[in-house]
Amino acid sequence: MALLTCEGVSLRYDRVTVVDHLSFSLSRGDYLCVVGENGSGKSSLVKAILGLMPLAGGTIRLGEGLRRSHIGYLPQQTARQRDFPAGVQEIVLSGCLNRMGLRPFYSTKEKHRAAQAMERLGVYGMRRESYHELSGGQQQRVLLARALCATQSMLLLDEPVAGLDPLATAEFYRLIAELNREDQVTILMISHDIDAAVTCASHILHLSGEPLFFGSAQAYRESEAGRRFLKEGSHA
Amino acid sequence: MLEWIAELLSYPFMVRALVVGVLVSLCSALLGVSLVLKRYSMIGDGLSHVGFGSLAVAMAFGLAPLQVTIPVVVLAAFLLLRLSESGRIKGDAAVALISTSALALGVLTISITTGMNTDVCNYMFGSILAMSTSDVRLSILLSAAVLILFAFFYHRLFAVTFDESFSRATGIHAGVYNMLLATLTAVTVVLGMRMMGAMLISSLIIFPALTAMRVCKRFLPVVLVSATLSVVCFVIGLGLSYALSTATGASIVAVNLFAFLLFSLIGAVGKRRKPA
Repeated sequence: MALLTCEGVSLRYDRVTVVDHLSFSLSRGDYLCVVGENGSGKSSLVKAILGLMPLAGGTIRLGEGLRRSHIGYLPQQTARQRDFPAGVQEIVLSGCLNRMGLRPFYSTKEKHRAAQAMERLGVYGMRRESYHELSGGQQQRVLLARALCATQSMLLLDEPVAGLDPLATAEFYRLIAELNREDQVTILMISHDIDAAVTCASHILHLSGEPLFFGSAQAYRESEAGRRFLKEGSHA
Repeated sequence: MLEWIAELLSYPFMVRALVVGVLVSLCSALLGVSLVLKRYSMIGDGLSHVGFGSLAVAMAFGLAPLQVTIPVVVLAAFLLLRLSESGRIKGDAAVALISTSALALGVLTISITTGMNTDVCNYMFGSILAMSTSDVRLSILLSAAVLILFAFFYHRLFAVTFDESFSRATGIHAGVYNMLLATLTAVTVVLGMRMMGAMLISSLIIFPALTAMRVCKRFLPVVLVSATLSVVCFVIGLGLSYALSTATGASIVAVNLFAFLLFSLIGAVGKRRKPA
């Protein structure tokens, strides 16, 4: 059974239809990269899956007992966050809020979960540090740890390597691949980095006004849309 | 010194001003941390102008000032919040538009009915004599609500302030928290503006948070330091204004400015000491 199924999904942004009748599904352990030009509805699709944006048509279904609030989300960072006075640990812990019900304070179990996530992503040593004093790559790993606290099975990443240097980018891709392979976490990542997308991902969704392509990364390389986009990407 | 304090507290109006002022400073500092970090500082300023306008109109028609002003300002808070959330330049300009219009309406109402007199000056720049026993009661209720919000919803408030989209995705009703913040801010502004003045009340919201952030790098210390700082600055400012016979609101803002500069200096020195 599929973990995520989109059926005939249409999305509207500012009264313009950005996604029209999109259908695809993801199973546990899939690694999907969503590519496409700016304004092709990539972020809107992620927001719709999370329930942050209404659908203009179609349905989005979650399977295997996955609840919407238990999807780990890594939003695009805003300039506001970069200088926010927050400790690393309190940020990661806030990923556990979806399992707290009405309880006001964190229990030992949640603190343990946060510690595990921080260790997993190599930020445990900086848990007492201030978020805005970290490098861009460290900040993204902290936010990934937070997303990991929120989920066991699925991560939605919105351009996670934007603004990172090449080293930090490679490190981030390695961590994602590891989570995908070893922990069977399903990944849905929006990316501008088309070359990395076809090497890392198992599946590609190419959005451009209408869905041009959904299938395996290998098939994408051989498709017309893929060839055109890959060529453009390498020229840029 | 002790005698001077005893003398100060022998005036009932001073005691009322002290109680309301301390509680309003506490609330505005706590709410201010969230507002400043969410880039909603202008809302506090806009609300005080709307408050001024509706206070003037209420007085002109002989209506009870608080009962009219609080609902009007709460409504304005929802409106300003929506405008700011739309995230466009238009929203920013709209806040300025609404607040200056409300201010103009207030000034016009006063000049038509009672003429430009000391009343206007009191509204604009505050008067220490303005606090009544019902203000004292309301400020106790308000601060109880703010303290409960911060004590029991601290983690959720942090999450909503730090990253609204993430917290919405994990099922936190961010909209409810924003409305709650706006409502409590509205009440704080209305309560504080008659003492601090419509022109100066927003400084109580903005200064303590900014000052605390010069030195503190994590959320909880920022919250605690700004609350403490706000109360301390208020008490010192009130004492100074009594001793030197200066305007209360302006004196308190001056003390806040001094604290801000002092903390900026400490922050700058601390940064230099710490090797990069």
